[in-house]
Amino acid sequence: MSAATPVLNEQAIRRPQTDVLRIFVKEAKYEFLKSIRLPIFAVSTILLPVMFYVLFGLLLGSKGSGPVTTFLVATYGTFGVMGAALFGFGVGMTIERGQGWLELKRASPMPPYAYFAAKVTTSMIFSLIISVLLLTLGVVFGGVHLQAIQMVKMVVILVCGSIPFCALGLAIGYFAKPNSAPAMVNLIYLPLSFLSGLWIPVQMLPKTLQHIATFLPPYHLSQLALDVIGVGRGESQWWHVRALIGATLLFMGLARIGYQRDQGKLYG
Amino acid sequence: MIGTSGHRDPGGIMPSLADGGCMTATVQQGARRPVRHADSIIAGLLGVTKKYGAVCALNKVDFAVRRGEIVALLGPNGAGKTTAVRLLLGLTAPTEGTVSVFGGDPRNPENRIQTGAMLQVGRVPETLKVREHIDMFSSYYPNPLPLEEVLEAAGLKGLESKPFGDLSGGQRQRALFALAICGNPDLLFLDEPTVGLDVEARRLLWDEIRKLVARGKTVLLTTHYLQEADALANRIVVINRGEIVAQGSPADMKAQTAGRKIRCVSRIPLEEVRAMAGVLDAKQDREAIEISVSHAEPVLRELLARDLTLSDLEVASAGLEEAFLALTQSNGNSVAEVTK
Repeated sequence: MSAATPVLNEQAIRRPQTDVLRIFVKEAKYEFLKSIRLPIFAVSTILLPVMFYVLFGLLLGSKGSGPVTTFLVATYGTFGVMGAALFGFGVGMTIERGQGWLELKRASPMPPYAYFAAKVTTSMIFSLIISVLLLTLGVVFGGVHLQAIQMVKMVVILVCGSIPFCALGLAIGYFAKPNSAPAMVNLIYLPLSFLSGLWIPVQMLPKTLQHIATFLPPYHLSQLALDVIGVGRGESQWWHVRALIGATLLFMGLARIGYQRDQGKLYG
Repeated sequence: MIGTSGHRDPGGIMPSLADGGCMTATVQQGARRPVRHADSIIAGLLGVTKKYGAVCALNKVDFAVRRGEIVALLGPNGAGKTTAVRLLLGLTAPTEGTVSVFGGDPRNPENRIQTGAMLQVGRVPETLKVREHIDMFSSYYPNPLPLEEVLEAAGLKGLESKPFGDLSGGQRQRALFALAICGNPDLLFLDEPTVGLDVEARRLLWDEIRKLVARGKTVLLTTHYLQEADALANRIVVINRGEIVAQGSPADMKAQTAGRKIRCVSRIPLEEVRAMAGVLDAKQDREAIEISVSHAEPVLRELLARDLTLSDLEVASAGLEEAFLALTQSNGNSVAEVTK
């Protein structure tokens, strides 16, 4: 009798790496399916940047204004990438955390990072869809002429560029309440987009705002994307990359504070 | 048992050579563990206090779940049942005391693989289908049950391709139950599994929970339905205001309030009924009289002999309900008195 408990512990299986990988893949697959089937999310995150691009780039811009439509692929691309991460990760996690779903996952033997990895992967897939869609529209209807390598570079930059915004989403996920999360995200998302020059080129903003822009992560991502087509402001790319890495670390630090605050709090 | 204490011997000598208060704690722990193994306790709280800020959700709570048992943690809303489950699942840490699952920390991944949980979830991602949810949770476990078996056990046959959002309340509960059992865990924590279910759905779930135990699983469930605790549990732990007020088998609980209850429509005047041998109390309840007795049979004979028109006869064990109310209310009063 007394041996029963130790035996059970010895039975416990250390998961093989392939099993862990399988869990991550499944988690990501279902996270993506979950999001794409949610019209309010899928439509707003994909359609909003596309609609902006069509209205301001394709309809407003004169025929054959290739430079403008190319410029806007990079800036609205950044806008879309940010939206997918903030709404998918930030709002999604806030709701799942606030309503007990995350807790059920935590109680299960799911590897703790699978949940977050799935959300990052899903944000990146949405970023991929948005940037490819914008590029296609630009090439077909907007007179965008880019070399294949430039297009690939831009897509890669935009997709990887969702990482700092996923980190911001994570921080929001720990601080916001389910009811207030969408409003909170909009209050961050829209001003940040404007101030980073995603709607109006940053050069056309007042000097003070131009200065402020250099502190904002979307500015740095859009400048990296613009550099691909040679219309960035010619600042050091390494500086942009460092700024984005710095922002990622800062947001993860914030998320950590939120997580710890959460641990000690009445919850459920 | 002997072997285990033999192993502990060196540990037993060590503290006696040392000094100070922490040594007493070591001795106590050493003395307790072998006993727990012998009883095959697989989950338990030992002197656990949990405070959320100034609110004390659990106060020095001790209880254990043994292998193969269904234990019902019974108490009114806000008694601390969910907190106990969250502690046992390693979702929160105790302020004081020890939480042990399979002899270790509930947060160990090795323990989680042997544990399934059904929690009160406000909203489950609604666009995923039932079988997708099950597939996802099954992947977390090394030896999950086949999908068909899970659907069967949770009564979800034919619903597997429905999005979670399209399920009725009862179906949702069953889907959450499916997520708890799909990994084929040995130990299940079910937090209010039948809340919001209609009578039929509740009975179906009871049957499934009984089947689990028949297959050698161990279940801890929380409920505020007495009937549920009585119908399912080998052992009931009554909890109120963060303290355990009683524990024992349903029969033990009923024994705490002795006697039976007879209810009938009769022409015999109330005073005469009260005067009968073996009658503790009698009162009018609408057209019927309700008689509390220590033993039903002699009183029944007497009643039937005296009143040939007697009708609508019912005999019930004065039950768990009274025991439960007595326990939780007296406890409540004492708390109220203390605070005064």
